Amino acid sequence: MAFYQPARYQKPVAGALLLALIALPPALTALGQEFYIGFATRLLIFALAASSLNLVLGFGGMFSLGHAAFFGAGAYAAAICMRAGISEALLVLPLAMLVAGALALLVGAISLRTRGVYFIMITLAFAQMAYYLFVSARAWGGDDGLPLPGRMTLAGLSLGSDSALFYAALGCLALAVVFLGSLAGARFGRTIQAIRENETRMEALGYPVFRYRLVCFVLGGALAGLAGALLANLTGLASPNLLQWTQSGTLLVMVIIGGVGYLYGGVVGAVVLLSLEEVLSGFTLHWPIGLGLLLLGIVLLAPRGVAALFGKTGG
Amino acid sequence: MTQLILEQALNGLQFGLMLFLLAAGLTLVFGIMDCINLAHGSLYMVGAYFVAAAAQAADSFWIGLAVGVAGAALLGLLLELSLFRRLYRRDHLSQVLATFALILIANETVRMIWGAQPVMLNAPEALAGPLEIAGFSYPAYRLVIIAFGLAVAGLLYLLVARSRVGMWVRAGAANREMTEALGIDVQRLFTAVFVFGAALCALAGGLLGPLLAVQVGMGESVLILAFVVIIIGGIGSVRGALVGSLIVGTADTLGRALLPTLLRATLPADAAATLGPALASILIYLLMAAILFFRPQGLFPARA
Repeated sequence: MAFYQPARYQKPVAGALLLALIALPPALTALGQEFYIGFATRLLIFALAASSLNLVLGFGGMFSLGHAAFFGAGAYAAAICMRAGISEALLVLPLAMLVAGALALLVGAISLRTRGVYFIMITLAFAQMAYYLFVSARAWGGDDGLPLPGRMTLAGLSLGSDSALFYAALGCLALAVVFLGSLAGARFGRTIQAIRENETRMEALGYPVFRYRLVCFVLGGALAGLAGALLANLTGLASPNLLQWTQSGTLLVMVIIGGVGYLYGGVVGAVVLLSLEEVLSGFTLHWPIGLGLLLLGIVLLAPRGVAALFGKTGG
Repeated sequence: MTQLILEQALNGLQFGLMLFLLAAGLTLVFGIMDCINLAHGSLYMVGAYFVAAAAQAADSFWIGLAVGVAGAALLGLLLELSLFRRLYRRDHLSQVLATFALILIANETVRMIWGAQPVMLNAPEALAGPLEIAGFSYPAYRLVIIAFGLAVAGLLYLLVARSRVGMWVRAGAANREMTEALGIDVQRLFTAVFVFGAALCALAGGLLGPLLAVQVGMGESVLILAFVVIIIGGIGSVRGALVGSLIVGTADTLGRALLPTLLRATLPADAAATLGPALASILIYLLMAAILFFRPQGLFPARA
């Protein structure tokens, strides 16, 4: 895999897309399709979660099958915070990121000592532990999950309406993408990509490989926690299902569909997968069959993901 | 208390042996072909449905079991020829994506054909009651499962450790290129191993059917356990899969049965009530993380 290099038309396209997204809620309201504002918010949140996994998987080359643990930890952190009476987003969201990041630090510090398939499995094991801990924690709702008392406020303004939450999610995603984009081009991003390409060589050059990887893993975990906190606000519930391994699998599938190691891979993958679900479920109750066949088609025909069809790879 | 511990130990043995049937196929597919097959649990589920449907049609559990296992083997053959063959040389990401897609397809197809409600599969009537040995009673059907599991484990041992095909399989797990260079038709070997793994899945699904509910999604939870087993045992090693299965089966069963009681004796009641079940359900994952930390290649690594 080559180093990440943005395509020439990437910035104008992203800018135009951002403007279109800003105009989306009023347009949907005018059309009387308010339902889709919530759906679009879900897309944005999953785009953020998938992008965070793409940082770990695509740029860091760490095949984690436990990313949902951080996603869910963020959701629970937000729920617990808000039930304790703190509902200011500028406090709740950083706290959720902090909790998810701390969990990622713990998991990463142990898991990153293993390699290859063993890394996949140990991250999965930690995610399962987190899942069962939340399922059996009766104080936090156990199986049923933890309902939120309401929605966050942002600098005193209520995010109670779907449009307001949409803009909050859009802001978070845009900031995250800008952050990831500059990270990928910066010294740190170059280093983790180089480690992905040739670990032994980077080790020999004197780079602290383990520490670079760990920082990358923690950043990905924290961003996933941000997405989890936003999702809990959208659905009004922090559920243990968010931590299930199938959720990690879904995020992985999003990244793979979108394009591993492409800045917009996570975004494209989340939009493609969730839209496909939405469209197919309108046609038939048995939409997972159609979705599964499509995924198989993507594996066999577009092995490097949808974003790879458009993106440019540098030397 | 002795009765409880003995009973739970037998339950653990029975669970472990069934896990072994799943893990044996998975560890070979993983070890020899370097292929992550998330759909292995789906084969288990589909196998259980096949057995349930055939048993109902034939009105006999044993005929149902035989037909169901044969059906799952056939399905495994079709999958290997049409899909998996293309996946072996792809990277792990593609394998995860493709087999995740298979899970979606399998779950929904089963729901379409048999509905969302669990399907009943009854144990043979002769085995329905408990068996009494020296004042200790234990369900007869569970004893039969244990016997089945032991027999298959023994057979598999002979096959892998003593037969020529088994030697090829072990050689493939240890060094694939070398095996190919020695003129073994690895492609056909892969197909055979995959089909065999699918049959073992269905056998486990069918045998466990009367004890657990035959339902959509039954494959996913057991798949993770099977992965835990093969990681503990060492990927590609059948012996490791057996030891890992027994460890996981007994640790999980005994942990669930005894940990809450033990904790109640040492901790305040409300702390024990929360901590007991939580600790019992994460016990095997703790075990796996610890083993990976100290022995990253598992207990019996197949590759030198």
